[in-house]
Amino acid sequence: MLDSAQEVLQLQSRGEATAVEITTSAIDRIDATQESINAFTHVDRELALSTAEAVDKKRRNAEPLGPLAGVPVAVKDVLCTRDMPTTCSSNMLRNFRPPYDASVVEKLREADAIIIGKTNMDEFAMGASTETSAFGNTRNPWDLSRTPGGSSGGATACVAAGTVPLSLGTDTGGSIRQPAGFCGVTGLKPTYGRVSRYGLVAFASSLDQVGPIGWSVQDVALLLQSIAGYEPRDSTSLNHAVPDYQSALQSSDLRGMKIGVLREALDVDGVDEAVRQAVLSSIDVFRQAGAEIIEVSLPHSKYWVPTYYVIAPSEASSNLSRYDGAHYGHRATTLDPEKAESLGPLVATYCQSRAEGFGAEVKRRIMVGTYALSEGYADQYYNQALKARRLIKGDYDAAFSQVDLLLGPVSPTPAFPLGEKVDDPLQMYLCDLFTVGANLAGIPAISLPAGKDAQGLPLAIQLQAPALEETRLLFAGAAYQATTDFHKLRPDTFGS
Amino acid sequence: MTLSDGYPTETIIGLEVHVQLRTQTKLFCSCSTRFGAPPNTQVCPVCLGLPGALPVMNEHAIDLAIRAGLAIDCSIPPMTKWDRKQYFYPDLPKGYQISQFDLPICADGFLDITNEAEPETPRRIGIIRAHLEEDAGKSMHDEAAGRNDSRIDLNRCGTPLLEIVSHPDLRSAKEAKEYLSELKLRMTHLGVSDCEMQEGSLRVDANVNLHIDVDGKKIATPIAEIKNMNSFRAVEHAIEHEVDRQYDVWEETGKTIKDEAKTTRGWDDTKGKTFLQREKEESADYRYFPDPDLLPIRIPQDRVDEAKANLGELPAELCQRLQTQYGIKLYDANVIVNQGRELIEYFETAATKSGDGKRTSSWIQQDVMRTLNENQLGIEDFAVSAAQLGDLLERVSRGDLDNARARDVFSHLLKTDHSVEDAIKSLGIESVDSGDIEVLCRELLDANPQVIDDVKSGKQQAVGALIGQAKKKNANANPKQVRETLLQLIAQS
Repeated sequence: MLDSAQEVLQLQSRGEATAVEITTSAIDRIDATQESINAFTHVDRELALSTAEAVDKKRRNAEPLGPLAGVPVAVKDVLCTRDMPTTCSSNMLRNFRPPYDASVVEKLREADAIIIGKTNMDEFAMGASTETSAFGNTRNPWDLSRTPGGSSGGATACVAAGTVPLSLGTDTGGSIRQPAGFCGVTGLKPTYGRVSRYGLVAFASSLDQVGPIGWSVQDVALLLQSIAGYEPRDSTSLNHAVPDYQSALQSSDLRGMKIGVLREALDVDGVDEAVRQAVLSSIDVFRQAGAEIIEVSLPHSKYWVPTYYVIAPSEASSNLSRYDGAHYGHRATTLDPEKAESLGPLVATYCQSRAEGFGAEVKRRIMVGTYALSEGYADQYYNQALKARRLIKGDYDAAFSQVDLLLGPVSPTPAFPLGEKVDDPLQMYLCDLFTVGANLAGIPAISLPAGKDAQGLPLAIQLQAPALEETRLLFAGAAYQATTDFHKLRPDTFGS
Repeated sequence: MTLSDGYPTETIIGLEVHVQLRTQTKLFCSCSTRFGAPPNTQVCPVCLGLPGALPVMNEHAIDLAIRAGLAIDCSIPPMTKWDRKQYFYPDLPKGYQISQFDLPICADGFLDITNEAEPETPRRIGIIRAHLEEDAGKSMHDEAAGRNDSRIDLNRCGTPLLEIVSHPDLRSAKEAKEYLSELKLRMTHLGVSDCEMQEGSLRVDANVNLHIDVDGKKIATPIAEIKNMNSFRAVEHAIEHEVDRQYDVWEETGKTIKDEAKTTRGWDDTKGKTFLQREKEESADYRYFPDPDLLPIRIPQDRVDEAKANLGELPAELCQRLQTQYGIKLYDANVIVNQGRELIEYFETAATKSGDGKRTSSWIQQDVMRTLNENQLGIEDFAVSAAQLGDLLERVSRGDLDNARARDVFSHLLKTDHSVEDAIKSLGIESVDSGDIEVLCRELLDANPQVIDDVKSGKQQAVGALIGQAKKKNANANPKQVRETLLQLIAQS
């Protein structure tokens, strides 16, 4: 199993393994686990091996190597890759190959990473269980009867299954943190604008952000270092220097740091007792590392989910208008003659292409968003949600004037059984209870493994920091992992 | 106005004008905006609306929009933003157009228009707003050979447009044309747009209805929006036709604005008729919302001030100055200003050198512009420089050359790179002493005594034949001088 990027780098620099050997091992592991886990939508052995050969050649010729040289990395199938399909796990884009690379994919190539394949996800990143994928659900490596979470379920499951040490996910309302928590790995959602969205197929543009997934804070910091930074092709990209994240990880002394514990998150109904206990025991860990613990309140947190479920579908309804069958993606070939007659061939083609190409959850969100933006309703819904979003941001500003970090759960429960919530959208949306706040406020947050419950399912805690304070998250996260072994727990072997 | 045998009627017109801004690249990507390239060759992931592509605003378009706004006396608010206007159409690949909804870049301006009959009393036409937006692509519907297919060219997709919306202040088709001419003049003069209707860099939609005065009671007819007019003349004709049509329909049906929603009508240039395109303007819900991919734009006052300082003279001011500075008439000043900056500069240089604005203006309008038109040239490529023309005309004013000889020199200058001085020499032109002219005239009269009799009996034109002969004997003989000398000698005889 390849479960540490640091180790993969060391093996190569010590001459104990080549990139080709490492890549072969990763692909073998994918082959062994794909049937049971279904973490990938596309893997290209030949392509990965030829990249690995090129890295080995560079090393032999003593040419300069990138910081991820020879490290296999999986990429969520919502990020454009010019040499692989980019499907968003949707029938709409089943055969779509973009003519260009996403900014983060370019950066992975520049860092000499081995892009091993594309990972499964909820269709267009809409979901919290990877069950809305058109390519079948992904399974949780800790318990194959359970969901890995979502929407980046493939991206976290592939790390948990030991196929690759690192993967890229995206997080619009918790889509990195929740599945990271369900799969017992570490996942970070950066500040909005910290990582370029160019080439990230948009779900909700004002909330989407690309982020790193790995077992440890160290590995997550390594990947973040390679993808963070200003990029002129994304107008919302932040023009701030990228700090040296690795140097934040040298100390585990948290003296002088104030950590706020979210009162609401522990009192709210529906939070699993094991989840609550994991947060409470993490308080002791942070206190022992020297941090001061303060109880804080984010009074508008009860509006997070309703606000999110107006803004995200509104933007989605607009972003997904482009999938109309006219230019690329799925186009209905045989039109229903009645509709063709009543609507005309053009509108009938639109309707039928979209009806066939999109799954139920995507359609639901397009309808909700279209409604929320409609004339006469926009003031009640979309514009009202924008006001609520400002209040939510204000809560965070007030909280961060008292504390350096906020501590709480990632999601109300550990991984739930497949099929449990897929037909109950409201229950599914409540998975986002503690994660959407960071997206609405645009701040960074990290999900850290925090033990197992009685059934052996991973538990997790979440830390949130003010905008652009990824360093603080990584520092506290590394301190936590220096005194706990939760990130070193592995699922029992399965599959082959 | 009053239609014959009808009630007094007032025509109400508001215009929506799209001008394509003269940027090198598109509004949100770096693709070229050049007109006429093969279909779908000036496109990229951004203007194709591919998944994951993001728009990045073109600053030059903002500068041009500010410039345009200042030219029509708009205010430039300190904050403007981008909104998505959403509708499905195959030439709109994102399913939405990036436009501006509630905070346009230019607001609340006006344009003064004059008509030739009353140049001293301009009419002020209010401008509601001018906003930036990206153009869509072009759909070409090929219904030939029963194929019924449509082709889409996305080259134009993402080209920057400024949509200028007037108040319904225009009262006739003629005024609409005057408004458009003045708008085009300002936009081309300031380099904001080429305003070529044929190439689509200026597009006009006209909202038209009538206020009919029935025994002191005002009745408004339903509003029609007329589209696809491809020249100013077409706009004028379409509105004229629409005015008659609306009056007739009202007489026939009695329908007023309360009975019928706005309709969209096309203009058929060959039939000279407007025709119904969309029955009812469906209350289209574009679901505008701020584009989350683009940041709001702050325009600090100093940026506006700088643009104002660099705006230079507007055409109307320029016309005024040309009249006072060079002593030319309003009509002539207008003709020159309408030709654009380069010709204005040419005129000013030549007129200053010649010291005679009127003569320079008339030469430019006749000889220079004719040659340019014949050869399809711009003034910047013209063989005779402004300094040369000024030099030539200065000699005419001094009496060194008559107009006919000056034209010979001008023709010579067109074909060679001679200076005026050299051209005169190589044409063998020299001024002829008045004594020599007298000798020449006496010889001619001696040889043609009947001319003397003819003139004395009142037929002055009889000297004409002798002027021609004089020219043959001495090409440099000034015809005017020859004529005067001949008449003098006849009178003395």
